[in-house]
Amino acid sequence: MLEIKCLEVCHGWVQALRGLSFQVVRGEMLAVLGLNGAGKSTLLGALAGLYKIKKGDILLDGESLSGKPPHQIVKLGISLVPERREIFNSLTVIDNLLLGAYHRYRYKKNEVIIDVVKIMDLFPALRGKENHPAGTLSGGLQQMLAIGRGLMARPRLLLLDEPSVGLAPLVTREIMTTLAELKKTGVTIILVEQNTAAALKVADRALVMERGGIVMSGKPRDMMENSRVQQACLGRTRAVQPAAAL
Amino acid sequence: MDLSSQLLQLLFSGLTLGSIYSLIALALVATYNITGVLNLAQGEFVALGALLAASIYAAGLPLAAAFLVSVALIAALGALIERSVIYPARESSALTLIIITVGLSISLRGLALLVWGTEPVSLPAFSSGGPLLLGGAFVNPQTLWILGMAAATTSGLYIFFELTYTGKAVRACVINRTAALLIGINPGTISLLAFAGSGAIGAAAGIFITPVTLATYDMGFMLGVKGFVAAAIGGMHNIRGAVLGGFILGILEVYSAGLISSGLKDAVALIVLLAALMLRPEGLLAISGRKV
Repeated sequence: MLEIKCLEVCHGWVQALRGLSFQVVRGEMLAVLGLNGAGKSTLLGALAGLYKIKKGDILLDGESLSGKPPHQIVKLGISLVPERREIFNSLTVIDNLLLGAYHRYRYKKNEVIIDVVKIMDLFPALRGKENHPAGTLSGGLQQMLAIGRGLMARPRLLLLDEPSVGLAPLVTREIMTTLAELKKTGVTIILVEQNTAAALKVADRALVMERGGIVMSGKPRDMMENSRVQQACLGRTRAVQPAAAL
Repeated sequence: MDLSSQLLQLLFSGLTLGSIYSLIALALVATYNITGVLNLAQGEFVALGALLAASIYAAGLPLAAAFLVSVALIAALGALIERSVIYPARESSALTLIIITVGLSISLRGLALLVWGTEPVSLPAFSSGGPLLLGGAFVNPQTLWILGMAAATTSGLYIFFELTYTGKAVRACVINRTAALLIGINPGTISLLAFAGSGAIGAAAGIFITPVTLATYDMGFMLGVKGFVAAAIGGMHNIRGAVLGGFILGILEVYSAGLISSGLKDAVALIVLLAALMLRPEGLLAISGRKV
């Protein structure tokens, strides 16, 4: 479904991605792990069209995304839920969700309204807060809203950048459970996480990034016990304790 | 005329002037928040709208048609400027963009001087009849037209931003441009809409005041400055603040000119700007972190 070929992205003089290549198959959840500055968020930004590609290409079902602006990439079926949520604080929860379907609202209004109901079913904690300004929600609810807004675009590929950051373990577990439910519906997901244990528990496959490149990839079960993963993701050599982390 | 009638008379004049400043400030704030460009050529839209309407009317078209054609043409000019000058420089620094709009302002004023010359032009009042006596003050009917137009424009914008899907998409761009990009909003389209809209608002304001003040090629400069002061008083991120700032400035100007000295009129704007920047630089109605 998604093919990344020798991807290179620079932030000014700094090369953030160094010849990255990998594929994602339809319906898969891929966890991208690594320490701060490894290039994980840059990878998602490049997929969403926020950063210019210096070299290489990104193919979505065979179509190149190189040079396409973010609003066109959303139309093609890639939706990014950014780190820090980036919701529209002074707009209501409902408005945030409706705007998530910006590219199809005018033509498929009824379908969009049905989708809002589905999002509310997916995140029942948002019920009763439809008309609240989004900025007044708790961090966990804002994260749910951000994911819901991303889903309103009906993406083929959902990109999640650190959805657990700043959240209580209980809320993190709720969000990860929802992501696992989402995966069952066939949505392809790339999950960037620093909470290695949480990500490995729900992902089908994981890759580890370091200094803009991929240093390892494989099945979550194999990664759990791998000391190289601990070094790359936690900066120390200690096995991940899945039960404790979630 | 006793003092209370005189004060009421001045209040009506202040509200009239304030409503024009409010409209200019409103267009300035909306454009700034949507595009990140502080358009210092906003006052020129006012002047060109008025001058163009006067020429169209002089050519024989009815006043209403002159109004509509002029507003449409200045909106198109706003869109043309955005596409040809602002959009290509959208990645430049804020200072560069401001300098570009200063250059635009000078160019448009020069163009107006070439086309219309230095002589003032006029439009007839929108309705016939002499001044109305309201609570002891004489009010020019055109004043009521200006107040009505300002109220209608502000209400229309309020409805657009609060109740329509496109308006909320525009607000989304103002609140968080990156997030707006990520949900598929094309900021280029919104920027085009902002410049066209500010052109239309400026032109409408210019046409409504021309029967009272006449129109000249250089009228836009001071109006643009006053609009900026009004926006700074109310807060550059707040449309309601811009409207309030316009009325405060208009009323203060008229009272200081009427009660102290007419020479103080323009000085008041700068004194108020300094006071606002020193005492409440974020604006009167600014709420921390809240935009629009």
